[in-house]
Amino acid sequence: MAETQDLSVFVRHPAEGVAAMDLVVEGVHCGACISTIEKGLGRENGVRGARVNLASKRVTVEWDEGALAPEAILDRLSGLGYPAYPFAARTADSVEAAEEKRLLKCLAVAAFGAMNVMLVSVALWSGAADAEGWATRDFFHWLSALIVLPTVAYAGRPFFDNALRGVRQASLNMDVPITLGVVLALLLSVAQTLQHARAAYFDSAAMLLLFLLAGRFLDSRIRRKTRDVATNLAAIKAEKAIKLIDGGEAVETPIAAVAPGDLVLARAGDRIAVDGVVEDGRSEVDQSLVTGETAAVAVAPGAMVYAGALNLSGALRVRVSHAAAGTLLDEVNALLGKAIEQRSSYVQLADRAARLYAPVVHLTALATFLAWLAMGLSWQPALVIAITVLIITCPCALGLAVPAVQVVAASAMFRHGVMLNSGDALERFADVDAIVFDKTGTLTLPQPALANSAEIAPEDLALAGSLALASKHPLAKAVAAAAGAKNPLAAHEFPGQGVTVFHEGKRLKLGSIAYCKAEAEAAEVAARWPDASLIAFRALERAVVFAIRQALRPDAREVVAGLAREGYAIEMLSGDRLVAVEEIARELAIPHFSAGLKPADKIARLKALRDEGRHVLMVGDGLNDAPALASANVSISPISAAHLTQAQADALFLGDRLAPVADALHLARKAKGLMVGNLWLSAIYNFIAVPIAILGFATPLIAALAMSGSSILVTLNALRARSAGARA
Amino acid sequence: MNVLVYLVPLALALGGLGLAAFMWAMKTGQFDDLEGAAWRAIADDDLPEEDEKKK
Repeated sequence: MAETQDLSVFVRHPAEGVAAMDLVVEGVHCGACISTIEKGLGRENGVRGARVNLASKRVTVEWDEGALAPEAILDRLSGLGYPAYPFAARTADSVEAAEEKRLLKCLAVAAFGAMNVMLVSVALWSGAADAEGWATRDFFHWLSALIVLPTVAYAGRPFFDNALRGVRQASLNMDVPITLGVVLALLLSVAQTLQHARAAYFDSAAMLLLFLLAGRFLDSRIRRKTRDVATNLAAIKAEKAIKLIDGGEAVETPIAAVAPGDLVLARAGDRIAVDGVVEDGRSEVDQSLVTGETAAVAVAPGAMVYAGALNLSGALRVRVSHAAAGTLLDEVNALLGKAIEQRSSYVQLADRAARLYAPVVHLTALATFLAWLAMGLSWQPALVIAITVLIITCPCALGLAVPAVQVVAASAMFRHGVMLNSGDALERFADVDAIVFDKTGTLTLPQPALANSAEIAPEDLALAGSLALASKHPLAKAVAAAAGAKNPLAAHEFPGQGVTVFHEGKRLKLGSIAYCKAEAEAAEVAARWPDASLIAFRALERAVVFAIRQALRPDAREVVAGLAREGYAIEMLSGDRLVAVEEIARELAIPHFSAGLKPADKIARLKALRDEGRHVLMVGDGLNDAPALASANVSISPISAAHLTQAQADALFLGDRLAPVADALHLARKAKGLMVGNLWLSAIYNFIAVPIAILGFATPLIAALAMSGSSILVTLNALRARSAGARA
Repeated sequence: MNVLVYLVPLALALGGLGLAAFMWAMKTGQFDDLEGAAWRAIADDDLPEEDEKKK
């Protein structure tokens, strides 16, 4: 069936009469690709320009409005050998991209300020000013102020904003003591300069911001990088729907452009792309990716079908709908709201440290002030010493301790095929002591595969495979894949029954058990593979029955056994039938499992585990898993998961293997260890530096050295998260 | 010490020039594609006739 395509949702209009589109392109990896694509597209009539971004594997094309259809650009690109997929950037992405740009600008300004103020400070430290008398020293101090005050006013804004937000919400975050330290350092320095005093701390404030901004910028960059990859993958596997426009014309449309009320065609063998009500047609659907149930369900007009379900036998016309009351989608949405509400809010390690740290430091400064007063010092020098304590304890290393590890660990995870969705997921992964797996699509692969190939003669398999190529039925596809068949037979398909052909004097049939009259053989195979779907092949007298089931992920057994050995409590919660679940549980040696669970049952089980004091990792992919993912302490989904589910997961893993789940746990434990280590390092720094400051010996040189030294130490320690492999 | 009167502003101006250049580079999107830029430098797109001959 040749549908026309409609890509108009992806077209932007950057200027009058100009249309533009962003595309993800597969296979771009070098300079030759850049010039092939840019020149190839440039030759097209009406194209104003094309620009390849090699780092993000994307192309932006601009053309004269109306000169050509966006589909022509896709055709041209695939003609050049680069299949391209349009995508629309999410608004959240552009907000974060803007935030990253702002951090980079702040970083540049801070670097400029720190470099120039050091020029002056080094001269001061070397005693240049002492020789020249107080006039030169004052001049240098004013010069420092001239450089640093505007620098901090600009580059410090990310921290000031955050601190203000924290204070408004009455919660202490790390930015509060940072802001306090920086602002006090500047005020004190200005006051000292006015009084022609010897010590000013302009350089410390600038250095502090430089280090902290570098950490924040790297953190936001690694997060954007993983998100870019996720967006690219989503664009490449973006499903399309066949929309029926009034009059029955079929138009292939990206899902983003399908609105409730539209009529969509789902052909036999296709995944249904939308949630909706069947308007017309009868079929069986495999909802395993939605509910975990592997047995096919018959649908008739009026039935609700869900995105991700596989249409097995007949064409369906589906009216796209919102979640109507009483449907699975409605239930999932309601539970999701409840699960998010109930989720125990996790307090990040850094914030916990800040809550402990800030009051201690501020009280110490106050005590210093009072103690010096009591010892007979006048209030002005006492205040100066108290503020020096605050400056030297300004949590530079503490502010870097956690983000530095996060950056390194997130990029190490990325190399192992795990993409983190949320920043604090790393810490929550480290606390996990129980793992709950979904079965279908998580422990097993999303595509069904032939299970009993060992019992089938190779020539039967080869013949059946060639015949299977003629059918779009998913079971037939599994047979064709198992046979590695390449040459299709010119077979005739009876929808809902099977395919048949007259080949080398024999009539061959492949299809349902009844169609091939293979009831006797089927009973035998069904007894051995209780959880499999059956499909039969008949050549004259001989009948063969294929058992098709969801194959385990290739390394599922080793990974699950390995995790169990490491002491994680492992459990399987599935929406599928008991026989199917039992089979997998036996194979993977998972002692605790439950079958036939509804989304609410899964949440209840997770809550029970959490009430026992366990920290639960939920691994799941189906629409029905979304509430469970949201209510677990931390969650991870395969990249093939339903959209709603992906949005709830704290991390996604790539590929067919299950190993990334174990790697994520190992790396997170290692990272958490380093974070705690880093926090201790900065605490030790304070134990040493604070007494010096309390006694009034902290000169600006000591302050600058101590702060930079501790920051560098913490950053170097964080780098160990990279060199340590996945096996911690 | 009178030398400071013009050396200090000079130092600051040079630093400021660097900062301005960086800001300009960022605004014009020169850091958007760090890998592609390396390849573009060696692309022979200034030799159009060579390109046509190959075709």
